[in-house]
Amino acid sequence: MSETSLVQEFTKGLWKEIPPFRLVLGLCPTLAVTKGIETGVGMGIALTFVLVCSNILIASLRKIIPNKVRIACFIVVIATFVVIVELTMQAFTYPLFLKLGIFIPLIVVNCIVLGRAEAFASKNGIGASIADGLGMGLGYTIALGTLGSIREIFGAGTWFGHAVFGASFQPFTFMVEAPGAFVCLGLMLGLMNLAGKE
Amino acid sequence: MGDYILLAISAILVNNILLIQYLGNCPFLGTSKKMDTAVGMAMGVVFVLTMAGIVTWIVYKVFLVPFGLEYIRTLAFILVIAALVQFVELFLKKSIPALYAGLGIFLPLITTNCAVFGVCIINIDEQYNFLEMLVSSIAYPIGFGLALVLFAGIRERIIIGRVPGPMQDVAIGLVTAGFMSLSFLGFKGMI
Repeated sequence: MSETSLVQEFTKGLWKEIPPFRLVLGLCPTLAVTKGIETGVGMGIALTFVLVCSNILIASLRKIIPNKVRIACFIVVIATFVVIVELTMQAFTYPLFLKLGIFIPLIVVNCIVLGRAEAFASKNGIGASIADGLGMGLGYTIALGTLGSIREIFGAGTWFGHAVFGASFQPFTFMVEAPGAFVCLGLMLGLMNLAGKE
Repeated sequence: MGDYILLAISAILVNNILLIQYLGNCPFLGTSKKMDTAVGMAMGVVFVLTMAGIVTWIVYKVFLVPFGLEYIRTLAFILVIAALVQFVELFLKKSIPALYAGLGIFLPLITTNCAVFGVCIINIDEQYNFLEMLVSSIAYPIGFGLALVLFAGIRERIIIGRVPGPMQDVAIGLVTAGFMSLSFLGFKGMI
């Protein structure tokens, strides 16, 4: 495995195949946790951890897992790491745990994790799988952070909880509600498509 | 009785699992391009979610709580759901082949549907009793199906319309979903 191809595996998750924009996967949490940048980045990091760990384990076991039950095996592996993350967050980052709520266990069914396991980790070595997981996870975190920032700045006038505009700013509350999430994501997707074409 | 009706209305409209709680988006955008795939997916989700809700609730109460194993509910539930979907697939194939053919590829896809897993967790977190869980497990997927079918209807029209290049397909779909979500927000005043 050459150096350059490892770097390539890593960087493709950052732009060319960035979830959730290019790789239209993992939409549910994208909409839900991007009310603010803190929850967005928090979710991104949790997901990256699960993604990298499950990629490592699945890549190590790929020659042993029988083809017929592979999806079930992947799910067991992923679910185990999600439980680990759940308990860790409950112990060490309780406020964030409460804010992310139901979406932490939902990492199990996050299409990104299962998708990368199926499409990549089950067919490539450990090193490449780590790079892939890190790249995708980091890309996802950046995407969530960006979307979260936009929604938080315009929707609540804060960033990371600190007020950005003056006291007279009327927050565009639409942004932090459900409709705003959909519209914002849609527009960002459109922008990414535009950027991709040029 | 009134409480249960309220719960049902809340699950279908006010807290619509898809448009307000953001769960179940991947199949939402994937199967809503045509009305028949949307209806197929909606039926599948109602079918699976009702059963999954009941079974996971029972598993939680009977196997996890008495042994103090609540923390592995994530693992337990997803295994139950995966097994259930597998089982339903085999059962339908043998007994109602027409329905099986209609659902097609969507049945196994329901395993990774956030809405299914999400509602199972909601049932536990909200500490529903058996009847409440039953209402929730039936009403939430009906809300999902409703949103899905409505969306498919709109999307079929959009395809004929003139959408700018970068906004096509998923992007405009999301913006549309946003406005649907806005209209569903109006239901908040109902309760």
